[in-house]
Amino acid sequence: MTNLALSLLIGVLTGAGVYLVLRAQTFPVVLGLTLMSYGVNLFLFTMGRLQTAAPAVIGAVENPTDPLPQALVLTAIVIAFAMTAFVIVLALKARAALGNDHVDGMHIPQADRVLDRKEEPRA
Amino acid sequence: MTANLISLLVLLPVALAAILTMTGQRLPTLSRGLDVAGVAVLLAVSAGLLLTGAGDTPQVIELGSWAAPFGIVWVFDRLSGLMLLLTATVALLALVYAIRRDEDQAGPHFHALFQAQLFGLNGAFLTGDLFNLFVFFEVLLLASYGLLLHGNGRKRTRAGFHYVVVNLIGSTLFLFAVGALYGTVGSLNLADITLKLPDVAPDAVPLVTTAIFLLFTVFLIKGAAFPLYLWLPGAYAHASIPVAALFAIMTKVGLYSVLRVDSVMLSDNSIGGLVETTTLIAPWLLWLGLVTLLLAALGVVAARFVRRQVAYLIIASVGTILIALGLVTGNAGEAAIGGALYYWMHTTVLSAGFFLLAGLILHHRPEAGDGIESAPPMPHAILVGSLFFAYAIAMAGLPPLTGFFGKIMILAAALDSPLMAPIFAVILTSGLIMVIALARAGSRLFYQSQATPGHPAHARPADARVALPGVGMAVLPLVLAGAMVVGAQPLSGWLAGTAAQIAASDGYLDAVMPDGVLDPAHAPGKFGADQDGGSH
Repeated sequence: MTNLALSLLIGVLTGAGVYLVLRAQTFPVVLGLTLMSYGVNLFLFTMGRLQTAAPAVIGAVENPTDPLPQALVLTAIVIAFAMTAFVIVLALKARAALGNDHVDGMHIPQADRVLDRKEEPRA
Repeated sequence: MTANLISLLVLLPVALAAILTMTGQRLPTLSRGLDVAGVAVLLAVSAGLLLTGAGDTPQVIELGSWAAPFGIVWVFDRLSGLMLLLTATVALLALVYAIRRDEDQAGPHFHALFQAQLFGLNGAFLTGDLFNLFVFFEVLLLASYGLLLHGNGRKRTRAGFHYVVVNLIGSTLFLFAVGALYGTVGSLNLADITLKLPDVAPDAVPLVTTAIFLLFTVFLIKGAAFPLYLWLPGAYAHASIPVAALFAIMTKVGLYSVLRVDSVMLSDNSIGGLVETTTLIAPWLLWLGLVTLLLAALGVVAARFVRRQVAYLIIASVGTILIALGLVTGNAGEAAIGGALYYWMHTTVLSAGFFLLAGLILHHRPEAGDGIESAPPMPHAILVGSLFFAYAIAMAGLPPLTGFFGKIMILAAALDSPLMAPIFAVILTSGLIMVIALARAGSRLFYQSQATPGHPAHARPADARVALPGVGMAVLPLVLAGAMVVGAQPLSGWLAGTAAQIAASDGYLDAVMPDGVLDPAHAPGKFGADQDGGSH
C-alpha cells in the first residue's frame, strides 16, 4: 500500500513538474523544476527500499535501512535547493532585463526596440 | 607523490576559488596573478604527469583510504590525463585573453568562478564514481551559469535562462538514472557496477537498461548531440568571449562521460545475462552523430554572425566524435577511438581559439560587430583575415591542418564498417558545406569591405597601428595545431596506446577493484529479494 502511494506520489510530482516546465512563463517553469526535484528526491529515497522502525545503523536492528540513499538524497536536496534559488534570481533578472516573463522574452516587438536602443549593439 | 600531484589538480582550483572569492573585488591584480598561476600549475602538472607516463597504468586514489566500492575513488589514466591537459590549455588561453582585454572586470568574481569551473571539470574527468560524477557536474554547471551571465546583456540573460533550465532538467534525469542503478545493481562505483551487471536479477533487467539509456541521454545533453543540442548555439554565441572559449571543453565533458562509461561498463558485458551491452549504445551514437554533424553543418551556413558559426562548428565536432565512438563495435574500434582523440584535441583547442578570434572581430568592427555582412575594414584586417582563413581551413577539415588528419583517421577506421557509405557521405558532405559557409563568411568580412567617407574600401584604416590586445591567444592555438601536424606520427602513436588502454577495460577494473566484487550478499537478486519489504 505504501509502495503504491509513494509510486503514485513520485509519478504525480514528476508529471506535474514536466507539465509546468513546458509552460511559456518563467515562474511556472521554476515551479516545475522544483516539483521535478521533489519527485526525484523521493525516488532516490525509495531506492534504499521502504522499511519501518529500522534505523540506518548497523547492529541496532536485524535489518537496518540502507544509509547510502539517505546520504545521496541529502546531497541532492542541497544541490536542488541552491539551483532553485539561483534560477529564481535569474528569472527575476530576465523579467527585469527583457520586460516580460516569457521564457523566450522576445514577444513584444515594441518593447524589443526600446530595449535594443538602451543596450550597446550586439554585445 | 604521483597521488598527491593528481589530487592537487582538483584541490588547487577549489582552494584558489575560495581565496579568489575574498580577493576578487579588492585586489584585482593579485586575483589575476593567482588565477593565471593556478592555471599554469594545472597545465604543468597535467603535462608532467602525462610525460612521465603516470597514466600508463591507471592510478587509483582512494579518498580517506576507503577501498573501492565503499569509498569514492579518483582514477587517473591516459584518457583523464589528456582531458585535464586540454582543460588547462583552453583555460590558459581564455584567461590570458580575458585579462589582456579587461573582460574579467565586466562583472564580479570572474576569477573565483573560473577556478570553480576548473574544479568541477577536473573532478568530473578524474572521478570513478557515478554519484560523484553528478556532484562534479553540478559544480561545473553552477560555475558555468555564473560565467555565462558574466557581464551583462539582454540576449545573454535569455540564453542563460535556457541553458540553466535545460541543464537542471538534465541533472534531474541524471539523479533518476543514478537512483535506478543503485536500487537495482546496488552500487555507484563505475567498476563495481560493471562487475555486478551480469548478476542483475532477471526482473530488474528492463529497469537497469532504462537507467543506462537515461544516463547516456544526460551525457548527450551535456555533449550537445541531436536532438538535444538546441541550447548550445544561443548560450555559446551570447556568452562573453573568454567564457565561450572556455566552454569549448564543456561539451567534451559529456563526450568523455559517454566514452568512459561505455568503454568500462558496457564493453563485453551483459545485463543479467539477458541483454548484451556492447552494442547497446554504440549504434545510437553513430546515427545520432551522423544527424548531428549534418544539421550542424547547415547551422554553420545559416548563422549570421561568427560566434554562432563557431558554436555550430563545435556541434559539428561533437557529431564527428560521436560517429567515431559509435564505431567502437566494429573491428576497427581502437583505431576509431585513436582518431577520435586526435580530432578531439584539435577541435577543443581550435574552437576555443576561433572564439577568441571572433571576439577580436566583434570588438574591432564597431559598425557590424562579428555579423557576416560588409562593413568598413577593421584594423589589422590582413592579420585577422589570415587567421580566419587558417581557422576556417582547420575547422572545415582541409589539409594541411589538424582537422584533416583527424577526419582521415576516423574515415580510415570506418572503412570496415557496414555503414561506411553513409559515414563517408555525411562527413565529406558536411565538410563541403562548412567550407562554403566559412568561405562566404570570410569574403564578406574581409574582402567586401565598404567604403565610408573616412577611408576607401580595401584600404587599411589610417590608424593601422591600433593595438589588438589578445591576438596572441588567437595565434597560439594555430601554433599548437601546427605542432600537432608536425608531431602527428608520435602523437597518433601515443593516442593509439591510449585507445588500447581504453579498449582494454580490464586494466581499469583491476586497478579500482583488485579483489573483484567484495560483498556477494549485496549483489545478486537484490531487486527480487526486496519485494516483500526488504532484507538482504
